[in-house]
Amino acid sequence: MRSPVSRRQFLKSTVFAAGAAVVGTGPAAAGPGTEEEPLATLIDISRCIGCEECVYACNDANARKFPEPEKPFPTMYPSRVPVEDWSDQRDVTDRLTPYNWLYIQYATGTKDGEEITLTIPRRCMHCQNPPCVKLCPWGAAKQQPSGLSRIDSQLCLGGSKCKDVCPWDIPQRQTGVGLYLDILPAFAGNGVMYKCDRCYDRLEKGEQPACIEACPEQVQVIGRRSEIIALAKERAQEMNGHIYGLDENGGTHTLYVSPVPFDQLTYDTGKGKPHLKPVKDTMADGSNLALALVIAPVAGAAAALGKFYNRIKEEA
Amino acid sequence: MTDYFRGRRLVYGLILFFITLSGFAQMPVFARYYISDIPGLGWLAQFYVTHAMHYIMAALLLVLGSYAAMDAVLGRKLPSAWQNRVNKGRLTATGWVKVLSLAGLMVTGCVMVVKNLSGVYFPHLLIIFLDLLHLALCMILLGATLYAGIRKRPWIAV
Repeated sequence: MRSPVSRRQFLKSTVFAAGAAVVGTGPAAAGPGTEEEPLATLIDISRCIGCEECVYACNDANARKFPEPEKPFPTMYPSRVPVEDWSDQRDVTDRLTPYNWLYIQYATGTKDGEEITLTIPRRCMHCQNPPCVKLCPWGAAKQQPSGLSRIDSQLCLGGSKCKDVCPWDIPQRQTGVGLYLDILPAFAGNGVMYKCDRCYDRLEKGEQPACIEACPEQVQVIGRRSEIIALAKERAQEMNGHIYGLDENGGTHTLYVSPVPFDQLTYDTGKGKPHLKPVKDTMADGSNLALALVIAPVAGAAAALGKFYNRIKEEA
Repeated sequence: MTDYFRGRRLVYGLILFFITLSGFAQMPVFARYYISDIPGLGWLAQFYVTHAMHYIMAALLLVLGSYAAMDAVLGRKLPSAWQNRVNKGRLTATGWVKVLSLAGLMVTGCVMVVKNLSGVYFPHLLIIFLDLLHLALCMILLGATLYAGIRKRPWIAV
């Protein structure tokens, strides 16, 4: 398979993005065609053989980021607050957990009249406008100009809001670790949320994410989003296939291409097993209401001006 | 106080109540502490609902704020005999605290609205700073409002 970007181009773009993230360039619109265009990944599920090499590579590369909770956990109030402990189930690989940020989802569908089984690497979609980042009340989640979103385990209190607002329920919680232990562990917080950070540290060094590098079938490709979209459309056309992630939640930086329509796939879903349904732009209401905030002060000032004018007219 | 100023204060009170409620609902506390289990308050645990409500209340607060500020400025341009007594007065100390904290909340809030737009990246430390400053200003405003309410301190001394 030929990558849509050369190794030199890839390194140049990732190093630039990483550099921008480190120095903090301030607000910057990353539009197509600019130097800061975010990176996206394409996952061609027609190529995946379900060998789980990506899963093991992810676990190896990120092992040092995994939680090491202190036990026993502090008692939390009220009693409805759930303890979520995966520290004794670190080898679970059939769903997302705080210790498994990528898993292989099995799906069946019909192609050319034949039932086929597809294996789908599932992890964070890295939304273009990620609600997990934008709605985090403490700023513990962050999005980098390279398009990846990640959770700062030093700051996260484990309230799980990011999971509640994620259309795919991606982040997973581990109790007994993180900042909440130093504040009010009984009454606020519940650990730290974990999810794929698209190997931001490897990208900063000019390396590819571990899951991409380890794949023997080159299922995944990373590059500028506009180039990845073009490649996804090309692949979809070749296999008469379908793309997921172009518009889901306003567009994501993880795109899937499948030979079977996503709404015709049958797969196991539930806790830690995200769906592949259409997703509306969850941040669209906020973006639309932002316009009201621009108009509001003008409307208020105009009303006061109108009142003043009428008063002058009445008294004249 | 005239009916006009009483009405304006009532509108401000309602906006302040709902913007504070929807603001605190941005933290995952209402579900944890059973408050969203109270019939009629389930929406407090729905983050997208409270997020939209916070924006709507912020827009109403901006309308009221710019109206009140413009009204005060223009009111002083009228001949002295036409001026309202309230417009002739000066802000009290608690009034100043409330006005400045409201202004700070409006500025930090608007910056965070921009941050929430697609394709906008703010440095991580700036986002944390904005979140904490917004919360701190809210606590100052609520503290000043409570103090003024208990000690019966008006916004403006006439």
